[in-house]
Amino acid sequence: MDFSFSKFIDYIVNNWQYVLEKSADHMSMSLTAVAFSCLIGIPLGVIITRNKKVSDVILGIANVIQTVPSLALFAFMISIFGIGRTNAIFALFLYALLPIIKNTYIGIKNVEPAITQAATGMGMTKFQILYKVEMPLSVAVIMGGIRIATVTGIGVATIATLIGAGGLGDVIYQGIGMANLQMILTGAIASAVLALFADFVLGKVEKKLTSKGLTTN
Amino acid sequence: MIEIKGVVKNYDGVTNVVDNLNLTINDGEIVVLIGESGCGKTTTMKMINRLIEPTSGAIEIDGKDIKQFEKIELRRNIGYVIQQIGLFPHLTIGQNIALIPKLVKKDAKETLARVKELMEMIDLSYDDYAERYPGELSGGQQQRIGVARALANDPDVILMDEPFSALDPITREQLQNELLKLQDELHKTIVFVTHDIDEAFKIGDKVALMKDGAIIQYDTPEGMLKNPLNDFVENFIGQDRLWKTPDMLKASDVMEKNVVTIGANRSIVNAIGIMRDRQTKVLVVVKNTPEPKTEILGLVGSNRLRGVENGDLKMKDIMKTDFRSTHKDDCLATVLTMRKENNLRYTPVLDDNGSLIGIITDISVLNVITDVMPVSEDY
Ligand SMILES: Nc1ncnc2c1ncn2[C@@H]1O[C@H](COP(=O)(O)OP(=O)(O)OP(=O)(O)O)[C@@H](O)[C@H]1O
Ligand SMILES: [Mg+2]
Repeated sequence: MDFSFSKFIDYIVNNWQYVLEKSADHMSMSLTAVAFSCLIGIPLGVIITRNKKVSDVILGIANVIQTVPSLALFAFMISIFGIGRTNAIFALFLYALLPIIKNTYIGIKNVEPAITQAATGMGMTKFQILYKVEMPLSVAVIMGGIRIATVTGIGVATIATLIGAGGLGDVIYQGIGMANLQMILTGAIASAVLALFADFVLGKVEKKLTSKGLTTN
Repeated sequence: MIEIKGVVKNYDGVTNVVDNLNLTINDGEIVVLIGESGCGKTTTMKMINRLIEPTSGAIEIDGKDIKQFEKIELRRNIGYVIQQIGLFPHLTIGQNIALIPKLVKKDAKETLARVKELMEMIDLSYDDYAERYPGELSGGQQQRIGVARALANDPDVILMDEPFSALDPITREQLQNELLKLQDELHKTIVFVTHDIDEAFKIGDKVALMKDGAIIQYDTPEGMLKNPLNDFVENFIGQDRLWKTPDMLKASDVMEKNVVTIGANRSIVNAIGIMRDRQTKVLVVVKNTPEPKTEILGLVGSNRLRGVENGDLKMKDIMKTDFRSTHKDDCLATVLTMRKENNLRYTPVLDDNGSLIGIITDISVLNVITDVMPVSEDY
């Protein structure tokens, strides 16, 4: 394979619309998966803080999913559900689940017992303690989980092309097939830029959600 | 009134952490629970706001079993202050104090006024501190906020579990004084847990000394100091305790009970005889009436008899009339100051009826001090 910087630029100039389209596709696929992971993972993370046995089981399962190589997971998905975008999103969703559950769990577990004890003693209900005390105090940790899930999700999503789900994986694998280094590189860099961008935005969100009282010291 | 009736708490079916505890806490009183680590103070306290449920027995507030209250409702009407302070670090000081009033949907204006009032009470200006976060405050300031937060919903009962023990001694003393000042105005019913016997005697209207989940003695600080029930109590409060809290010493603790009176018209020879007989150096001169409520006319010390030539002189002629007497409950420090300022050696002590019950002399004051001196060393 031969590569030169000018060819790379040429490729982008000539194909930017295509790359953009694939990037949008890629992003929507990853973000949908992470969004579902949050929807399921955060409540699950909260629930397991209340019960040691359940937490062992859930964290165990999530750990196992995480250790399955992403390629194998996708292969597995095809064999069960067949090909397509929904399946890819489902696989990405499973993948993003662990960091979100785990960080939610850790974040809430790490709230100082004295604080929750004071809250209980003052007459706050369990639910009030959760959303007025525990969640605000663990925002940084939970957001950390979401950021990890998002960044890895965007990376892993490049494999989704293998089950016909599109995204930047299309660009990369076509490049591999055609031994076109410019294409491979464009796909890879685009995916990295998306990940960095998402992380940056989520960082801003995290800052917005974190009380000033938690950052001043 | 809080009544703890035969309460038992048992976690493992073997040891009673709280063992058939009975305690009545009157309205407007500060009751201090004290005792060694692990004796069940915190457990007892937490059963009052149902953070812990008793294994058996009952706790009543104003005659109503607390099990009949909704837990959340009960707790919102009981202030709670803990050693670790437990302020919410993500909320401002103002938000911390206003939390419960907001949860019970008190009017916003009223709540704001309440927060301002409370912050004024604890000497932290609303304008300077309401917008700050707990992390920006000193430990002492934080615990002041802890106390203010406990008062926010205007509860009648406040539970304080070693609220000041994490603070340095100077700050602790300040907060103790502030608490007493607040209590003068508010008259809350306060249950206060501490390890520190000085703090207990300073803060408590009554002190409950606990051991192995039961109360050994429940008394006023004075009562406990002067009449410790047994050796355990005595050892716990320390034998020289009375002297360390001199404001607890009253005139009646210091006086010589052997006080001898003499009629105003008796002669010097009579006086010398009586002094010899009764082994005293001072006589209290009274009107010649045998009733108990004798009017004291003056004092005659042995030096006044010395070198008197005229044998016809009566007590009323030579007695010291510019003496001062004191009430039996007057504080020793006050009496000593009075004696010093007026250059008095003898101070008659009167009871509530005005009857003479004793006399304070230099010797009797010295005797109190020697009581607390080590006796073993030889000079
Ligand atoms: N959840 C629990 N399970 C079993 N035992 C407990 C539990 N909580 C407390 N205990 C025991 O009950 C006893 C009393 O505890 P408590 O916290 O009331 O003591 P305390 O008097 O407040 O002590 P300290 O002065 O150290 O705070 C201790 O021996 C403790 O080990
Ligand atoms: Mg305790």
